[in-house]
Amino acid sequence: MDFLNAIVVLANFVIVPATAYGAQLALGALGVTLIYGILRFSNFAHGDTMAFGAMVTILVTWALQAAGITLGPLPTALLALPIGIAATALLLIGTDKVVYKFYRQQKAKPVIYVIASLGVMFIMNGLVRFIIGVDDQRFADGERFIISARTFREMTGLDEGLAIRTSQGITLVVALICVVALFWFLGKTRTGKSMRAFSDNEDLALLSGINPEKVVLVTWIIVAALATTAGVLYGLDKSFKPFTYFQLLLPIFASAIVGGLGNPLGAIAGGFLIAFSEITVTYAFRRVVNHLLPEEWGPEGLLQLLSTDYKFAVSFAILLIVLLFKPTGLFRGKSV
Amino acid sequence: MTQINTKNLMLFGLVALLFIVTGFMQSWNTTLTILNMGLISAIMALGVNMQWGYAGLFNVGILGFTALGGLAAVLVSMPPVPEAWAAGGPRILLALAAGAGSIVAAVMIYKKMPAGLLRVVVMLAVLIAGFMLYRAIFDPARDAIEAVDPALTGYLGGLGLPVILAWPVGGLFAAGAAWIVGKTALGLRSDYLAIATLGIAEIILAVLKNEDWLGRGVKNVTGLPRPVPYEVELQAADWFLSLTERFGADPVTASSVVVKLSYAGLFAAVLLLLIWMSEMALKSPWGRMMRAIRDNEVSSEAMGKDVTKRHLQIFILGSAVCGVAGAMMTTLDGQLVPGTYNPLRFTFLIWVMVIVGGSGNNWGAVLGGFLIWWLWIMVEPIGLWMMQTITMGMAEDSGLRQHLIDSAAHMRLLTMGLFLLLMLRFNPRGLIPER
Repeated sequence: MDFLNAIVVLANFVIVPATAYGAQLALGALGVTLIYGILRFSNFAHGDTMAFGAMVTILVTWALQAAGITLGPLPTALLALPIGIAATALLLIGTDKVVYKFYRQQKAKPVIYVIASLGVMFIMNGLVRFIIGVDDQRFADGERFIISARTFREMTGLDEGLAIRTSQGITLVVALICVVALFWFLGKTRTGKSMRAFSDNEDLALLSGINPEKVVLVTWIIVAALATTAGVLYGLDKSFKPFTYFQLLLPIFASAIVGGLGNPLGAIAGGFLIAFSEITVTYAFRRVVNHLLPEEWGPEGLLQLLSTDYKFAVSFAILLIVLLFKPTGLFRGKSV
Repeated sequence: MTQINTKNLMLFGLVALLFIVTGFMQSWNTTLTILNMGLISAIMALGVNMQWGYAGLFNVGILGFTALGGLAAVLVSMPPVPEAWAAGGPRILLALAAGAGSIVAAVMIYKKMPAGLLRVVVMLAVLIAGFMLYRAIFDPARDAIEAVDPALTGYLGGLGLPVILAWPVGGLFAAGAAWIVGKTALGLRSDYLAIATLGIAEIILAVLKNEDWLGRGVKNVTGLPRPVPYEVELQAADWFLSLTERFGADPVTASSVVVKLSYAGLFAAVLLLLIWMSEMALKSPWGRMMRAIRDNEVSSEAMGKDVTKRHLQIFILGSAVCGVAGAMMTTLDGQLVPGTYNPLRFTFLIWVMVIVGGSGNNWGAVLGGFLIWWLWIMVEPIGLWMMQTITMGMAEDSGLRQHLIDSAAHMRLLTMGLFLLLMLRFNPRGLIPER
């Protein structure tokens, strides 16, 4: 029985949260990796794009809630998500027209794009703060748990409870839908194929009559959808605070690089790898070990490798290791 | 030095005018406060300009290097805490040595052993064992140190040396961190360096916030010794009182102005020294080599230049300059408050300075430092005034009006982003372009 309890504790505090977090990171990293593959630069404004999308969704959610429209047990934010995506897509396309297009025509070096994306980051960050402020915003509603710890205990008769929050379940389902849709789009549709062709070899793609502007446009729309979804899911799961979204930039970039920049499959794997390492390294394993070992052997300390404040250090360490030993990422990414 | 041409002089004159107008409109005290931070910002911009302008390296970890400089100020200037040293000082040092030792051992294994699974296993074993050993020695020592009068000290304290010495030490600290990042991320894609520096900055900040034994963490270290006299001392000094009497100035205001002026003098001396050094370096064969590498890496490599090594060199130098500036800033503030280090303010704003001022030109970076810092401070009151003007027609209790006025503080980021984009688009060489 003790072994089961240990597994339940582990699932409750490590596996379930890490899976949800990993899905959120994967969605974010997919956006980064797509931009990298098609537009060939690291978009520093991605965290703030996520914040912007989440913000629009939150505002619409509030309006819907005020109008008395809800989704019953599901969070209303899901209903508002398409509007958030549309607004973000408009913003991103507008940004592309005003900012990035010029540098594309100039054939500027990638680092110039990165600096331009810094400027975009400033503006988006300012916009979000301007509209919604810097404070925490809660917008989750509906049922809080799929299984609460108490129901689980009553159901199984174990000492430890396993709670699965609705937001975590939704994160997984939505992320799965997004990923399947994305891969279907990239693999089966004509536009998706032309995107992959453009990413693999720009000159050859141009020669075959692929319209680069259309590819770029579609990319931004997909990125808007991915970023907004990631932002809303993260906000539902934890809470919405503009600055945390900015800080997400590091784990998201780490996920994309670890998986191999420009490789969508790698971005997903990287997201889960980073999330699981981050949570495993910062989790105190005392309770798990207490269940496994006889009482008198019980450990004195918390058995925590690093305090939770160092979670960024984990993504960074993984990033460094990958850069040192396999600079193209675990899955073959684009050039070094 | 740059050819002194009228356009550049006018630009500097214009910025000087901005400061002077602020002096007349608000107060000289405010102007000097802005000026002092402007000097420090100019030094940071100089450091970033070395990396970006001379070598095309993209560093977004300025925050981390600045914070390390701040830590240096604490470690050098604060008086040591003997109780804490007695409680666990040597033990902490031993733990750090053990940690460093195991990393070195792992590196040696990687270099000496033949590639294969065995090497990976042995390396991991050494690292894990080293980490366990480190924690076993470190944890009790940390707890003991942090238990020493936690409300006042709870940390090891510093060396009790004059705070000016902290400036070069801050540079050394930053150089060390830069070496670690540069060694791993240089020679790869330029984006990788950017992300690696972003990471190291977050980690340095996390260390500063959490390692209470080192710099008291979020409890902050206050009351750092100053390199200049205190206002109260001046107000009590006879020569100062007689001086103010002769000019007919208020001793309280005058003392604060004098203190700020002395800071400004010190900072300006450092700034001028750094400008002189970097101008000389840029004119030397080394500087020409750097620019050649930046402009065409392939042909420089064909000439037998080790591009990655040179990049590492300049990356360390530029980061060290940022570290010096960080130590100076903490000296000016008289306290180390890790909670105030915000990447938007310390990393990305410096980038705006470099891009607006003129990348590749030291004078440009300095000009950008002053101008953007002045704007950063002034945009807030200007934004507030603008919002009040816009909302003049609205009802007094209108929610939108209140929201707009409250949000005026966030105008800064928008404006800075706009400056950066406009400059990059229409005048990418900056206000004072590279010759």
